[in-house]
Amino acid sequence: MAPTIGTPTSRVDGHAKVTGEARYAAEFDAPGLAYGSIVGSTIAKGRIARIDASEALRVQGVIDVLTHLNRPHMAEGGGADEDPYRDDVAPEGSPFRPLYDDRIVFSGQPVALVLAETWEAARYAASQVRVDYDEEPHVTDLHRRRDDAVALRERTKVRGDADTAFAAAEVRHAGEYFIAMEHHNPMELFASTVIWDGDGKLTVYDKTQGVQNVQCYLCGVFEMKPEDVRVVSPFVGGAFGSGLRPQYSVALAVMAARALQRSVRLVLTRRQMYTLGYRPGTIERVALGAKADGTLEAVTHEAIGMTSQFEDFARNDTTWSGTLYRSATAKYDHKLARLDVSTPCDMRAPGAATGVYALECAMDELAVALKLDPLELRYRNYSDRDQNEDMPFTSKKLRECYRQGAEAFGWSKRDPQPRAMRDGSELVGWGMATGVWEALQMKTAVRILLTANGHAEVACATSDIGTGTYTIMAQVAADMLGLPLDSISVKLGDSTLPHSPVEGGSWTAASVSNAIASTAKAIRTELLQLAQKMPQSPLAGATPDDVALVDGRIVSKQDAARAVPIADAMRHAAVDRIEQETSADFDEDDGYARNTHSAIFAEVKVDEQLGVIRVTRVVSAVAAGRILNTKTAKSQIMGSVVGGIGMALHEETLIDHDLGRIMNADIAEYHVPVNADVHEIEVIFVDEPDDIVNPLGIKGVGEIGIVGVAAAIANAIYHATGKRVRDLPITLDKLQG
Amino acid sequence: MIDFEYARASDVADAVRRIASDPTAKFIAGGTNLIDLMKGNVERPSRLIDISRLPLKTVEKTAAGGVVIGALVPNSDLSYHPLIEQQYPLLASAIRAGASQQLRNMASTGGNLLQRTRCYYFYDTATPCNKREPGSGCSAIKGLNRMHAILGTSDACIATHPSDMCVGLAALEAKVHVMGPGGERTIVFEDFHRLPGETPHLDTNLHPDEIVTTIELPARGFATNYTYLKIRDRLSYAFALVSVAAALELDGGTITEARLALGGVAHKPWRDPAAEAALRGQAGDQTSFARAADLLLRDAKRFAHNAFKIDLARRAIVRALTQAAQGTPQSQSDKKIR
Repeated sequence: MAPTIGTPTSRVDGHAKVTGEARYAAEFDAPGLAYGSIVGSTIAKGRIARIDASEALRVQGVIDVLTHLNRPHMAEGGGADEDPYRDDVAPEGSPFRPLYDDRIVFSGQPVALVLAETWEAARYAASQVRVDYDEEPHVTDLHRRRDDAVALRERTKVRGDADTAFAAAEVRHAGEYFIAMEHHNPMELFASTVIWDGDGKLTVYDKTQGVQNVQCYLCGVFEMKPEDVRVVSPFVGGAFGSGLRPQYSVALAVMAARALQRSVRLVLTRRQMYTLGYRPGTIERVALGAKADGTLEAVTHEAIGMTSQFEDFARNDTTWSGTLYRSATAKYDHKLARLDVSTPCDMRAPGAATGVYALECAMDELAVALKLDPLELRYRNYSDRDQNEDMPFTSKKLRECYRQGAEAFGWSKRDPQPRAMRDGSELVGWGMATGVWEALQMKTAVRILLTANGHAEVACATSDIGTGTYTIMAQVAADMLGLPLDSISVKLGDSTLPHSPVEGGSWTAASVSNAIASTAKAIRTELLQLAQKMPQSPLAGATPDDVALVDGRIVSKQDAARAVPIADAMRHAAVDRIEQETSADFDEDDGYARNTHSAIFAEVKVDEQLGVIRVTRVVSAVAAGRILNTKTAKSQIMGSVVGGIGMALHEETLIDHDLGRIMNADIAEYHVPVNADVHEIEVIFVDEPDDIVNPLGIKGVGEIGIVGVAAAIANAIYHATGKRVRDLPITLDKLQG
Repeated sequence: MIDFEYARASDVADAVRRIASDPTAKFIAGGTNLIDLMKGNVERPSRLIDISRLPLKTVEKTAAGGVVIGALVPNSDLSYHPLIEQQYPLLASAIRAGASQQLRNMASTGGNLLQRTRCYYFYDTATPCNKREPGSGCSAIKGLNRMHAILGTSDACIATHPSDMCVGLAALEAKVHVMGPGGERTIVFEDFHRLPGETPHLDTNLHPDEIVTTIELPARGFATNYTYLKIRDRLSYAFALVSVAAALELDGGTITEARLALGGVAHKPWRDPAAEAALRGQAGDQTSFARAADLLLRDAKRFAHNAFKIDLARRAIVRALTQAAQGTPQSQSDKKIR
């Protein structure tokens, strides 16, 4: 039986998804289900003066209208150290508390929850709730608050005197870049179906990237016992980070179920999806100083991001600049502009997608100033160590990414002169950029139940947000247990399963796979013990490390003839099931930097007369350790590249700053790329063996694919047109003039 | 969405009778726009009169050599109908530039004429909007107006008409046949949609108690020299920043007849007789195209975010006329501008 790791294995849950057998949070049912509909605030800041729900309550089928005045008890919260509203991935601050009091802190904030016998009645009644406000002046414009931005408490490492080095550099580039506020826009709306199990016990079907995070949050907010709240999320229709934190919708659904003592379903509308977290609009300033030969001497990266008034959300935007390239001096600064908006949240490669965009455009501009090929500039400043931490990398095959990517793209045929390449009425531009992300891993537990009939069930509370977790878990278990793929069943997305952190940061593949490996080893050890109890056991005297599980047998690694069928060993011992649970923990303080890298090459064609931009070709070469499944991993990178095209050309959440309100709150007006905007995408996985990062050498591919894509495209647009646009998205009007 | 009653019209006369007796009722055919508006509480009809089964689904030749199109012909069927593809490829192309295949399968021809604007503020009941709520004010004039009109605007409204099909129909000088309690009447396309003026809540001159029955195209189809060029923020499934329907008749290199209609720039498909007249008798070259464009845009008015549309429209007009003159119309499926 050939190993499945490293092969293009189709999704094990594909059939269930295509046939509709896979059920999502809003699709679970219960007898006597009540339906909720949220009324959102129309102002961005102030207080609720009066809520009149009398009309809504008269609507046939309406059960109740919950507001801050009549809601059931919930924990106080408010920013204390042990704030029960703070979840595993909450930023510093005091999390939003839905229907807590009369204070309005962002437009669209829930102010009432209508509960009815039908969804239609709830939705109609929600339109009949009258709310009066005492409005206060608000600010939602990052640019208006940039000068009042506050520095992050965490100061990042600097080295040398970057200001002096920059001033003395032979060639300098300093530029300001802007990345627009973006929303994740997953296909599946946030939804919770809360089943009232009686006696205050709840089963919560929720769209989330972390069932145990939601469970813990609900227990804190409603002062419930963990055994009384089970959170289940078998399938997630896309999340991109939006499901890392518990949403106000799940809190409201549970609040309603407790108030009514019956089952409740609450589904957000698409417009309400825009009242949740988002990628913060960010102003980035990068200054690079170099010798005439391109050697970097000074790197400065400053960022100003937007956040809410109640939580300071920030991810690392800046220090990538001093990790990615070798430079004697480096300086970082990160500030937050507090605005009257909801709190941002993680969105695919948070911090890096924005920060590296700025860095990689600045590198391109520096290359122009140096009259140096942009790829050559990267080679000349290649860093074999993480200078921020002064540590070697567990592995870094970025040079191979450059080489293989450039070759596949045909980079050597590039005419360095802007506007030099044409195709009919279109200007052709080639741009490149580097991508970098962390290779994170988190303590995760896995349980394996092996039955004598040769079937294994692998269980972990992690989630599969469409990335392929089910599939890689089945693959790793199959290979480690020596069983065929279809003899493995996978359970995930259930808070009663062994511990898992939220699925984020690209850490799931590495964390879960290593946990499966360690649990499989425990299974193997137990099987060996059983096999050694057999008379004249061919495995007598062998240690667990001497044997492997192959093709349903326990086999000596030294001598394949010495083997015992698993079924025989279990039958002989009259054992019909073996269950083991172990955790994989990771020592990240081992003096190594852990990163994934990529090189992205993009071709754009720009209609010279009209400014219409097409991304006609992208080559993404990725070094991300061991690739578990070349099919789902490739899909991840392709999806990320499409996300990068969106970031570069289309995506922008538009706020009317007078109203303090998001106006393009639907997927007709918030543009993501459609099929017509996506052309050739080639994905290359560079071989990157790594026995340091973790035992299986896995680094994860969830986010690396988007980092650098927008920069490669922006650089290609400059190369095509000779016009440098630093504000994303690059819409055709920005090319005018 | 409010609770509403539902009734099915048995024939055109029944439909008119029903709508005339209830001013808060609405017709529904494909529902591709109305249902969204109802979900957002923008449209609140007390009753929906389903006209989708009325026998208005044929495309037939007229004695005059033109074509008459039933108001309930789905957009996709119309765009792929042999009579339309052969005689009016401009219309076929304009239809395919709009929405998505799924929406075009549902959307009716008559309903397409009655699409409402995609102005953000019109869709958000928490904001002032004169079109949705007369007298409440226009949020777009001082707000986000990158998508908004540059021609024919008023102090009350700067919304645009969103249809692509209608831009084609305007260029082809279609006629709209309608039926009301007083009988039939015909509205020339130019007069069908309105400018906002002081009454932006009125999109068209169709009376509330009338139903669109057919759309008639004259014989002249411009099947050789035409194009529909739509410029938008992504290459499909987005409303036009600027779109241009261009149709020419040429004698040698000389333009003998010219039609030019713009979408995405005004409260209605925008035609300008002066710009078209300026093309007639001229050589089909960049100079005459640029002059026509400048004429058409002479009164263009910019707002904070849409100034770019004026130059974009000028370039799009020149490009579209070039495509038309060369007989190389824009394809709606090959993922690039020709």
